[in-house]
Amino acid sequence: MSADQTLAFDPDCHIFSGCGFPAPGLHTFMYEPIATVGGIDITKPMLLAVLGSIVVVGFFWAAFNKPKLIPGKMQMVGEAGYDFVRRGIVYEIIGKKDGEKYVPFMVSLFFFVWIMNLWSIIPLAQFPVTSLIAFPAGLALIVYVMWISLTFKKHGFVGGWKNIVGYDKSLGAILPMVVVLEFFSNLLIRPFTHAVRLFANMFAGHLLIVMFSLATWYLMNGLGFVYAGASFVMVLVMTAFELFIQAVQAYVFVLLACSYVQGALSEHH
Amino acid sequence: MNALLLAQAEEPQPPLIPHLDELVIGLIAFVIVFGFLAKKLLPNINKVLDERREAIEGGIEKAESAQIEAQSVLEQYKAQLAEARHEAARLRQEATEQGTAIIQEMKAEGQRQREEIIAAGHTQIEADRKAASASLRQDVGKLATDLAGKLVGESLEDTARQSRTIDRFLDELEEKAEAVR
Repeated sequence: MSADQTLAFDPDCHIFSGCGFPAPGLHTFMYEPIATVGGIDITKPMLLAVLGSIVVVGFFWAAFNKPKLIPGKMQMVGEAGYDFVRRGIVYEIIGKKDGEKYVPFMVSLFFFVWIMNLWSIIPLAQFPVTSLIAFPAGLALIVYVMWISLTFKKHGFVGGWKNIVGYDKSLGAILPMVVVLEFFSNLLIRPFTHAVRLFANMFAGHLLIVMFSLATWYLMNGLGFVYAGASFVMVLVMTAFELFIQAVQAYVFVLLACSYVQGALSEHH
Repeated sequence: MNALLLAQAEEPQPPLIPHLDELVIGLIAFVIVFGFLAKKLLPNINKVLDERREAIEGGIEKAESAQIEAQSVLEQYKAQLAEARHEAARLRQEATEQGTAIIQEMKAEGQRQREEIIAAGHTQIEADRKAASASLRQDVGKLATDLAGKLVGESLEDTARQSRTIDRFLDELEEKAEAVR
């Protein structure tokens, strides 16, 4: 990476002015520390993460701190969100009886992930925190630990392993193959894909928005203005699309977490 | 714009290697959310949701009981109405029967009175006729005697013979009348 490319954004760089397109890349996802607190370099994504949790807590505080039998506007919206995760995801996947215990976790997870994704299109923030693998990885890790501990708690040591590797005598000859596959799939690959699915979606989405935004600016010179217009339309389209994807990915992340918990609780894999 | 500037010296990290600081901050941020929601806010709303469900169920129960009561009252009214109708019909029937009976009685009474009056009339007429006939017989006897006395020129009044003669004459007259009738 040469010195002029390290500058992610140069306001004077336009097409037909002898300047190359400052394409976004991995460096788009790297931030200089804003401050250092207790030996930790605080970057913008970290700040957004904390801010996001404050937003979520703040919203639910406003909605549910003093709930009323006849709800106000905030409470109504909060109840709708709460009900969506509770009924729409947890009850659907785990079931009402077993699932009730996990509702608070799943509700927190959904809204936390959603706001982390939402930062992507909120002015000034404009960065999906979940596009940094550390954040989805941390959440996936919690779910993973939860899944394993639940599995062994429910089925005991041997039963737990049987549950994890999908041990089923009726499979006969292909049983060893299934056991090996399930072992890798469930124990090693699944937490990875769980985190990466969210990360990659947000990473790609952010990359697209940044690329079209940069291109819009870059093309604003001479004949390039025509293309700049098209590029700007793409920015709008991608922003709208991201709004949709952010919700979908939060939903999928929680849906998978629920299905893992359900797998741990079920008798047969 | 500073935020978008890349640190000159720093090479981009492979994107799939988690940054430990970020991991910790992310976990802390999530735990904050989870803590507030799980310990305070969601129990809050659950309580209210339960209360609301109970209130709605209570309302439904109340409505149901009111409906049941209304139904029973309606049935009661209907029963009463039917009873009243029945009573009215019974009374009407009774009145009709009584009226008929009274009319019958009156008719019978009228008949009886009529017959009585007629019988009394007959008796009276008979008695009058007898009295008239007796008196006539006497008067006619007296007149005939007087006439005969005047004609003869002497009084025949006190003689038993005379009276026997008159009676005999009258009996003959009666017999003649009987024979004519």
